[in-house]
Amino acid sequence: MMKKNLKAAFPVTIPVLLGYLSVGIAFGLLFEKTGLPVLWAVLMSVIVYAGSMQFIAVCLLTGGVGLVNVALMALFVNIRHMFYGLSFLDKFKDMGRKKPYMIFSLTDETYSLLCGSRIPDGIDSKSFYFYISFLNQLYWITGTLIGVIAGKLIRFNTTGIDFAMTALFVVIFIEQWHSYKSHVPVLIGLIAPIVALYLFGASNMILPSMLLITAILMGFRRPIEKTDKAGVEHAGR
Amino acid sequence: MQVDNLYLFSAILVIAVVTFGTRIAPFLLFGKGKATATPSYIVYLGNFLPPAVIAMLIVYCLKNVDFLASPHGLPEIAGILVVTLLHLWKRNNLLSILGGTIVYMVIVQTLVK
Repeated sequence: MMKKNLKAAFPVTIPVLLGYLSVGIAFGLLFEKTGLPVLWAVLMSVIVYAGSMQFIAVCLLTGGVGLVNVALMALFVNIRHMFYGLSFLDKFKDMGRKKPYMIFSLTDETYSLLCGSRIPDGIDSKSFYFYISFLNQLYWITGTLIGVIAGKLIRFNTTGIDFAMTALFVVIFIEQWHSYKSHVPVLIGLIAPIVALYLFGASNMILPSMLLITAILMGFRRPIEKTDKAGVEHAGR
Repeated sequence: MQVDNLYLFSAILVIAVVTFGTRIAPFLLFGKGKATATPSYIVYLGNFLPPAVIAMLIVYCLKNVDFLASPHGLPEIAGILVVTLLHLWKRNNLLSILGGTIVYMVIVQTLVK
């Protein structure tokens, strides 16, 4: 029974397999290069399980950023997760013991798969959803492990490899630029932190940036909603 | 390098708790028997914060770059340019990230010599 459900869920997750393995490897590699104990990278992939956040965490951890700022950053970067759950209030209702894990493992990609996948005939929907979520995290943890091991084995000069994180965010940025009609949010996100950086310096820019962004976004609500009808589902990252 | 494992563990735990908090929030706050209507400004922020956040993260990645001193952030600018051009051309995540990172690494390692 379990095998049948697992076999049904696997093909659906193949795109995520490829994505999570590559980004997971990048994360593991980047982390290993910082010199910090790699155990922490693996722990993050197990208990945090959030791509962008884990990458940013590498900066925060190596910088020794205080726990309050870490918490605030985590809140801001992950705030979009709050909206994923809204779509699944009913779907997860009867999942019993699996429900906490389903909630925990709600990433952008898992969210898309859970929303978009059709359940094959004869397959229990709860098991199907569970295996999708479980397999996705398995890929992520595996990628991290491979990355960490690869980091230890790589001999060539890896100076500058941490630029991969900036590159990842630029890629996501371009995707977001294309998927939104209004470019004002993105521009706010660029200008406000630059101002905060100038006024407060590199080590203190996080909180002022977040406050500024939220305030200005609220200020521009009418024009932004007019250009880009709110309520339309945007693929988060 | 002195490694403060207590700090690392605490920070990761904090991140894990906050991240899980954002995921479980709707299940705790909304749904049957609780406040069923999501305030419209929350929906608005949920839609439009993500793109602003990703832009902020890019600025955050570059926060230590000194544009006034040599090399004036040129490696970063070059790297970002390569990522952008590659991505607009092929829309392939892996290619864009790899391409930009390799270019950046080559520039930075050449400059250090």
